[in-house]
Amino acid sequence: MGLQAYLTLAAVVFAIGLFGVMTRRNTVGILLGIELMLNAVNINLVAFSRFNVDVSGMVLTLFAICITVAEVSLGLALVILLFRSRRTALADHIDWLKG
Amino acid sequence: MTLEVVAFWALSVVLVGSALAVVLGKNLFHSVLWLALALTGTAGIFLLLDAEFLAGVQILLYAGGVVTVVVFAIVVTERLIGTQLSHTSRHLIRGAAAAVVFLMLVLRGISHTALPLERIPAEGDLTRAIGGSTLTTFVLPFELLAVLLLVALLGASYFARPEE
Repeated sequence: MGLQAYLTLAAVVFAIGLFGVMTRRNTVGILLGIELMLNAVNINLVAFSRFNVDVSGMVLTLFAICITVAEVSLGLALVILLFRSRRTALADHIDWLKG
Repeated sequence: MTLEVVAFWALSVVLVGSALAVVLGKNLFHSVLWLALALTGTAGIFLLLDAEFLAGVQILLYAGGVVTVVVFAIVVTERLIGTQLSHTSRHLIRGAAAAVVFLMLVLRGISHTALPLERIPAEGDLTRAIGGSTLTTFVLPFELLAVLLLVALLGASYFARPEE
């Protein structure tokens, strides 16, 4: 399979994740969409790294996976905090900054 | 058809199918389980690209760690309100339109660029190369990552501490 096939697959998964981020009401659902998008980018990085015989892309993927794990733990801590103070997980209800 | 082509198409079907189930499902818990399948499918793609180490990391951290944490958060929040979390969607048409436009732009870019069709066979151990590169060229980001994980750990436990 050429590099093009892997890039196309990653683009499709990224678009599905984007759709999820834009349509979900629930903050946890939005987080799942972000996970899909990050995952698609990782596929791109590994594919480019393998086809160009440069290991840097794979190291970057390793870092990206670790950062995503940190991001998810913080995001979910925020969701639990919002639940305590506002009893909601819907992104539309989180509008404290609205003038 | 070679084995690689068959494996690629099978993994693509699994990955795209489970990704669609994540964003279209009606049950939040099921969405998380579909996400676990999508992440495992990605690990398969990594294996196909000779990145065995990354496939292992993907399954351990993503499919193992992230999915467990998300399931845990859903269980805790559902206990807090006592009912099932609503998991509906809105702006479906606008969202689909934006996603399709984005996909078209990217695919246009991909098809207009000259990309390698065949890969050069990997020489040596890629896992060894990743390890060497991490501890030589990328040693500073590697150490910063350790600090970032510590900060995330402290921040998450500060946010989620019991109310006084």
